[in-house]
Amino acid sequence: MIWYIARRILYLIPTLLVVSVIAFAVIQLPPGDFLASLISKAEETVDQAQVDALRERYGLDEPIYVQYWKWISGIVLRGDFGDSFEWNRPVSDLIWERLGLTMAISLFTLAFVWIVAIPIGIYSAVKKYTIGDYLVTVIGFIGLAAPNFLLALVLMYIAFRYFGQSVGGLFSPEFIEADWSLERVLDLLSHLWLPVVILGTAGTAALIRVMRANLLDELSKLYVDAARARGLSELKLLFKYPVRVALNPLVSAMAWIFPALVSGSAITSIVLNLQTTGPLLYRSLQAQDMYLAGSLILLVSVLTIIGTLVSDILLAWIDPRIQLQ
Amino acid sequence: MTRAPAQSQAENSALPAAEIGGETRIVVANQWQLIWWKFRKHRLAMAAGVFTILLYAVAVFAEFFAPYSAGAYSAAHTFIPPQSIQLLQRTENGWRFYPHVYGFKVQVDPESYKRTYVLDEAITYPVGLFVRGESYKLWGLFATDRHLVGAAQFGDPVYLLGTDRLGRDVLSRTIYGTRVSMSVGLVGVGLSLLLGIILGGISGFYGGMIDNLIQRSIEILRSLPTIPLWMGLSAAIPLTWPPVRVYFAITVLLSLIGWTALAREVRGRFLSLKTEDFVIAARLDGVRELPIILRHMAPSMTSHIIASVTLAIPGMILAETALSFLGIGLRPPVVSWGVLLQEAQNVRSIATAPWLLFPGLAVVSSVLALNFLGDGLRDAADPYQT
Repeated sequence: MIWYIARRILYLIPTLLVVSVIAFAVIQLPPGDFLASLISKAEETVDQAQVDALRERYGLDEPIYVQYWKWISGIVLRGDFGDSFEWNRPVSDLIWERLGLTMAISLFTLAFVWIVAIPIGIYSAVKKYTIGDYLVTVIGFIGLAAPNFLLALVLMYIAFRYFGQSVGGLFSPEFIEADWSLERVLDLLSHLWLPVVILGTAGTAALIRVMRANLLDELSKLYVDAARARGLSELKLLFKYPVRVALNPLVSAMAWIFPALVSGSAITSIVLNLQTTGPLLYRSLQAQDMYLAGSLILLVSVLTIIGTLVSDILLAWIDPRIQLQ
Repeated sequence: MTRAPAQSQAENSALPAAEIGGETRIVVANQWQLIWWKFRKHRLAMAAGVFTILLYAVAVFAEFFAPYSAGAYSAAHTFIPPQSIQLLQRTENGWRFYPHVYGFKVQVDPESYKRTYVLDEAITYPVGLFVRGESYKLWGLFATDRHLVGAAQFGDPVYLLGTDRLGRDVLSRTIYGTRVSMSVGLVGVGLSLLLGIILGGISGFYGGMIDNLIQRSIEILRSLPTIPLWMGLSAAIPLTWPPVRVYFAITVLLSLIGWTALAREVRGRFLSLKTEDFVIAARLDGVRELPIILRHMAPSMTSHIIASVTLAIPGMILAETALSFLGIGLRPPVVSWGVLLQEAQNVRSIATAPWLLFPGLAVVSSVLALNFLGDGLRDAADPYQT
């Protein structure tokens, strides 16, 4: 097990390297260096000494790999992500709370997906080709086909039109700027269900199909007949063996559902106006605030990769056969 | 399960001899016929297939299907609600067949003085099929002015799915959007397929170090959150680029990340075929590698690849829609479903005009159809498997 974890962590290094290069490329992509856009945006004339200091700090006159090194070593060694020129503050001041909320939403959604998908998948497999099964299949397919943001728009419209409510945001107005407290957490939880449901739909639909297919495979095996012949009660039989075997592929499914959730939450958050990384990334890209955008892409990717790693290790722990591969 | 090389299929898959008119005739079905027979049994996939063909027909003949051109607007007709077609009209002596839509009148809100249009049953406009409308050149070649459906008298305001804030016909724009949205899927998947076949093929055929390297890169790409990445990359496309170049840039971006699933499929096929008897036999006979791949392995892979391609198109369509919806994908004047949904970006505009969400219905139905079609194709892809 320790060797397996060590090997997985070793694989992590090239992945993180690739991610950091991509994020750095995003910073570099807009034409011209960002100091030019900083100067053009500033209301007063910018002090030449200040410009030179920034030029020195980011190594703008030096070759690209030196710039990359300055940027990445600043992040890894000093936690310095550069400055956001739109907000005129260090990037690290802006991102941590939003990053936390992004992860909170993704994890809640993951839990939601599992809690909903497993029982429905079991039901759908046991009651194969009944009306309930077809209903679940149809709803599942629509859940897979409808883009998250469309679902968000439709739900917001329904809430507005029929309940006279304006849904959206993660906090009630009085809590937006407040410090963390128990009331703020409760307020957050009461707003969280909508994004969780919206984000979870596609994943739930996918997992129901996986669960149904797995369980159907298991149910047709001989050991099930044998157990039934020995007079094991139907419910006990179901949960004691086939369900447990069928759950295994679901754990590995987590490795691809988690990136999809983080990815989907970006757009849903923009539509619902949530205080997560999505809207911040969107705004920073529009304002060409590239250090903020690059840092957000880097951190969201890194967290996703760590999530994938955790799910891989979890899978290896549940199913020791994985470690041998 | 028996899998036969393409050449010897005729012998292997020969059906039992049929007696026709006293003569013995051997009925032979090739692989594609078997796939077709198996696919035909899958009702839902058949229906989805027909629907998909229709969608692409709409995309190809958009000018003919759309009552108006994509850019046509009418400042006097903003936010008109959908006018549904009434087939019958009540007259003094009963009902008569008279396809028409109701007109509309302005209603001013006494408090906010907001002007809204409501349907008015007193006014009717006749509608018909194959009517004369704006003249256009189909594919820039054939000049005509026929449209599939529209106002029977040229100039009558008939908007079957309502209009947007500039008085543009939602139905026409959704039809034109089909062209861009459906083709982004095809072009993007085409590019991914190219990458997937080359890299997946190399990975599966040679194995070893190269395989390991390519598989690790695929794992890296798959663990990344795609939408933030796409957002970052597509935001870098200069605003000054012409629409066609933006279109290709977006499809290239989508396929740069989207090729991994196809590469895995190709690799898996290669690995399982490599040890098949007929491939080993060909190799022992001294056939070179390229002919082995092209003549012996490719025929048994094609059907699987077609199925995976069909299943990959919806992802592309959804990604393009999402990016354009945010305003960092395709941009007006290009008309795609995502660009159209931009008009419905907040609750206020949807509350004023819920029909602006109609392009979303087009997205959902096309994605559903392609998913069902792909599922059916995948089931049918291996006709020797029961």
